[in-house]
Amino acid sequence: MSDLTELKTGEGRAKEITRRNFILGVIAGGAVVSAASYRFLSSTAHGGVFASDAGERLITLNVNGQQRRVDAMRQETLAWTLRYKLGLTGTKLGCDRAECGSCTVLIDDVPYYACSVLTHTVRGRKVVTIEGLASPSGKLHPVQQAVVDAQGFQCAFCMSGFIMSAVGYLKQNPNPTREQLAHGVSGNLCRCQDYTKILDSLMKGAEYMRRA
Amino acid sequence: MAVIRDVMPAFDLLQPASAADAQKLLAKHGDDAWVLAGGMDSFDWLKDRIKKPKVLVDLSGIDEMRGVRASGDGIEIGAMTTLTEVAQHAEVKKNYSLLAEAVEHVASPQIRNQGTIGGNVSQDARCWYYRDGWPCYRAGGNICYADTPVGRNREHAILGAARCVAVNPSDAAPALIALDAKFVVQTSKGERVVDAEDYFVGPEIDITHLTILQPGDLLTAIRIPGTWAGAKFYFEKVRDRNVWDFPLMNVASAMKLSGSTIQDIRIAVNAVAPKPWRLKAVEAAVKGKSADAATGEMAGKMAVEGAVPLQFNAYKIPLMRNLVKRAIGGVQEATWAS
Repeated sequence: MSDLTELKTGEGRAKEITRRNFILGVIAGGAVVSAASYRFLSSTAHGGVFASDAGERLITLNVNGQQRRVDAMRQETLAWTLRYKLGLTGTKLGCDRAECGSCTVLIDDVPYYACSVLTHTVRGRKVVTIEGLASPSGKLHPVQQAVVDAQGFQCAFCMSGFIMSAVGYLKQNPNPTREQLAHGVSGNLCRCQDYTKILDSLMKGAEYMRRA
Repeated sequence: MAVIRDVMPAFDLLQPASAADAQKLLAKHGDDAWVLAGGMDSFDWLKDRIKKPKVLVDLSGIDEMRGVRASGDGIEIGAMTTLTEVAQHAEVKKNYSLLAEAVEHVASPQIRNQGTIGGNVSQDARCWYYRDGWPCYRAGGNICYADTPVGRNREHAILGAARCVAVNPSDAAPALIALDAKFVVQTSKGERVVDAEDYFVGPEIDITHLTILQPGDLLTAIRIPGTWAGAKFYFEKVRDRNVWDFPLMNVASAMKLSGSTIQDIRIAVNAVAPKPWRLKAVEAAVKGKSADAATGEMAGKMAVEGAVPLQFNAYKIPLMRNLVKRAIGGVQEATWAS
């Protein structure tokens, strides 16, 4: 908590900072301050149990083509590291139990539930999140573009997971039938029950990929 | 169940690079150690704070435990081979399609990408009283919460229960039993190779474990002999949802036919008992008979002999009867039995 207090005081407007803006600010601030974002989050529930002795180790992860150095606890999941240490909040945490698919990321091109992977076990492997799909110039991945064009999602909380699953599946089978693609993304749930439109847009994404 | 949204309690993470080192680490840490394969079973226990191991031995860095290779006249599958890798392997699909089909029915694509064949057969019971940390027999206590007039036991056992009525939830296990697979276990005393069906134990032998694995033991590989390669296979899994769900019941059989006559057969059913249930009496009874609906009908009735339903799982008796009937007599000829 002490780090957090200093940080807020240092910025001189502690009372005006909302939790969301604070987190976003910390994320934008980069690696040094991002460690504090974790303490901020954990301290709300635990009174800073981990603050002094988090058992963290500095490791290097290959995320979205970049070498990212991060302090990770041994018991930390990849979803936690991506969201709260690296600021990649496009990866959503739904159930945290490998039962919904919102946290799906690609590890060496294969879809995994990031909530159920220990960060320390992906050293040396290639992690791609929804933020890493677009080209460096900002051009969307064909599946992303198709989702935009076809307005595939309603609330879209599940969207990044669905897109990562679809991208992973299409690497294996670029020309699927609707039924095959449905099977390919069957490890993702949509609480809006928007499956017909989701499949429409993902099929369009497959078509865009074949044309690209 | 309260879902705790926070990081897991701290543990030490050991990442050996060889099976021998992993076994030594497990032996050294004994009861404090936890084997981490794919993690799909482990993380629920750890996140819910039901099990609190001090040390996790992560097997993901052990290359020798991954992959499918030739072994004798059959194949050997490393215990850390993922279910997706097993399902997509050319040799498995060609000669042992029973296993490919069984693992293709496990959970969801992401779970199959991460979950391993060794983990699938070694996973713990899914009885929710046990998983939620109730002090039941399986957890070392002296009561079963599921086997009571109001216990939620729709998914539980109709056969082989003794105090604990939880079932083995594996889809791969009955297929491996039907294929006469051998499980290779590394122990402090050396290597031990056991028949697939002997890898699993019921509560009458060990009520707190579903397998023979003791602290310090490690399942490293599964060998499938060529005996049943290319036989006539049948696998069917019944579950509530087509993704994620554990079986309400599954059946796996391998048959050698001469014309339509059954020369030899191995058949096992899972999620009916605390261990995968091989139907030896049925196998003996149908040998030499025609693989048709009448034989299937007889086999189905024989399979459920001695079954004792709990309050909410009587449906499992006709379900098992019909699954066995379909496995032997074929789906087209199956009709609803009254």
